[in-house]
Order: sequence, then C-alpha cells, then structure tokens
Amino acid sequence: MSGSGAREPVFPTRQSLQVMKSKLKGAQIGHDLLKRKSEALTKRFREITRRIDEAKRKMGRVMQIAAFSLAEVTYAVGGDIGYQIQESAKQARFRVRTKQENVSGVFLPQFESFTVEGKDDFGLTGLGKGGQQVQRCRETYARAVETLVELASLQTAFVILDEVIKVVNRRVNAIEHVIIPRTENTIRYINSELDELDREEFYRLKKVSGKKERDAAAAEVERTKKEDQKSQSQNDEDVETHDVLGDQDNEDVIF
Amino acid sequence: MAAPASEYKDRQLIAVIGDEDSVTGLLLAGVGHVNPPPDAQKNFLVVDQKTDNAAIEAAFDRFTDERKDIAILLINQHIAERIRHRVDSYTAAFPSLLEIPSKDHPYDPEKDSVLKRVRRLFGE
Repeated sequence: MSGSGAREPVFPTRQSLQVMKSKLKGAQIGHDLLKRKSEALTKRFREITRRIDEAKRKMGRVMQIAAFSLAEVTYAVGGDIGYQIQESAKQARFRVRTKQENVSGVFLPQFESFTVEGKDDFGLTGLGKGGQQVQRCRETYARAVETLVELASLQTAFVILDEVIKVVNRRVNAIEHVIIPRTENTIRYINSELDELDREEFYRLKKVSGKKERDAAAAEVERTKKEDQKSQSQNDEDVETHDVLGDQDNEDVIF
Repeated sequence: MAAPASEYKDRQLIAVIGDEDSVTGLLLAGVGHVNPPPDAQKNFLVVDQKTDNAAIEAAFDRFTDERKDIAILLINQHIAERIRHRVDSYTAAFPSLLEIPSKDHPYDPEKDSVLKRVRRLFGE
C-alpha cells in the first residue's frame, strides 16, 4: 500500500510527481555509477593486498640479508659502531617524496625515495678498518629501505582504499535500500492520491449531474402537476360558471 | 575522501623505532635526521631491554601525531608487540606505519597489524 513506508514530505501534485520521477532516474544512474566505481576500487584493492603480501615476504628476506651485512661490518670493524653512527647522524640523506596516483577519482599517494646530495654524515665510519664492509652494508640497507618505502606506499594505498571503498559501498547501499524505495514510495503515494482526486472529481460530477436530473425530473413533475391543475381549474371554471339568472334548477328549454 | 595534499607534501623523513642493530643499519642507509637545536629531536629511537613501554609509546605518539615531517614510521615487530594495542588502533594513512623484522626476531606475518586486517577483510 502506498501509504505505508517512508516517503518524502511532498504535496501530491502532478508537478512533484515529475520531480520525483526525475529524482528516481537520477538515483538509479548514480547507483549504477557508484557501483561501477566500487567494483573498480575493489579490483585495485585486491591487487594491492596481493602485492602487499608479496612485498612483506620480500621484506623479510631483504632485511635478513641487510642484518647479515651489518654483522659483517661489526666483525670487520672489530667493535660496535652503533653508538658512533647514532651520534653522527645529522641530516637525512635518504628521503621520500609523495606522488599522487588517480584511481577512479581517488588519489592514492605513492612514496618515492630520493637521495639528498650533501655532506656525508658517516664519512669517517670504518676509516680505520672495514671501510669496504661499511660501504657494502650501506648499499644493502639503502636497497632494503627502498623495498620498505615501496611497501609503505602499498600499505598507505591499502589504508586509504579501504576507507574509500567503505564510504562508496555505504553510499551504494543507501541509494539502493533507502533513497530508491522512498522515491518509489512517494511516486506511488502521489499516483494514488491523484487517482483518488480523479475518482472524487468523477463522483462529484456524477452527483451533480444526478442532482440536475433529479431537479429536472422534479421540475417536470411540478410542471405537469401545474398543467393538470390548470386544465382542471379550467374545467372547474367551465363547470362552475353559474347561471347569473339563478334559474339553474330549471331545465333548459330546448325548442 | 582521500587525504588532502597538504597532509603529506611536507612529509619527507623516515622514522625508526627499533633495536640497536636495525637502527644502525637504517641510519647507515641515510635516514637519520636530527632537527637543528634548540629542540634537537631525533627521528629514531633505540629500544633495548631497559627501555620501558611508556618511552616507546611516547616516541610512537611523537612520530605519528606531533611531527608533521615523517612519511613512514618503521618499527621492529617485536617492539610493536610491546605496544600492540597502540599499533593495532593506529589507522591513519600518514605517516604510514610499517612493521619490520629485526635480526633476532624473524618476521611473523601473523602478528602484522595490516596483514591482520587483510585477512579479516577476506575472511580467512
């Protein structure tokens, strides 16, 4: 029944019926578009999760190799260089910048590593001995960090896409389960109200014409009655025309 | 929807919370950065047995909330384990949080907060 269920607060007129119809059309188009967007994003999302999985495994291996090369350094230098390194770190040479990638209207940031040319903080590390190992270790770690940066951009994309997909799906569902049914309901309501008005109008017209007929019939009856009376009274007049001579008792003498 | 550009255009640094070896190696790669004095803040924290969890959490907060120049935060998995509730409830896109293996603790994908989410999403 059109009266049940949520509907928009509109007056049931033909104009608002038109408005509702165009609104329904718009909602359906929007629903289709959003659904397609959500599908495209989900496809991308699955690809990213797969790549994250791979990259995480790769990271495990790379970090292991890097740790091993650091162990080599410790062995070659013949002592712990950790403290020295920590104290001499001043300016980051290895930095990341962010680029944007557009996936169906969603901007996904992507990290890109770059090296700032400048003074080397660790120029003196391994000067005495083990300089070669230190150099190799730095290269290994630089590669490892590049892998990590790659993984980080995948992960950021994952986090953002996750959120965006949720939002888009919420919208799709809202349109599908709230807006479209409500608009349809409103259209049905307006239609039924308009039909009702039509019926009322029809009934009213019928009533009016019926009344007119009745009136006409009544008038007719009245008129015939009147005419009857008239003729009656004429007859009466004929009958009651008294003899002015007052000899009505006497038979008319006919010769 | 997507994060506005202003949120990450200044983010250039990689921060590290890790044990001594991991930090040393990453510093050798050139990620270390110390802000100019007077507030000489380092973008790395060395954690050992004596470091208490409050200090780790403070560093975690500093790197994720306060500093706006950090793009990626690397944290050793066994240290992330110590502040697991904080790591798991961290959902922001920037800085990106990455759990890395350390020398003594091999990487365990079961514990990674992101991989956990992946598995939850795909219902495995």
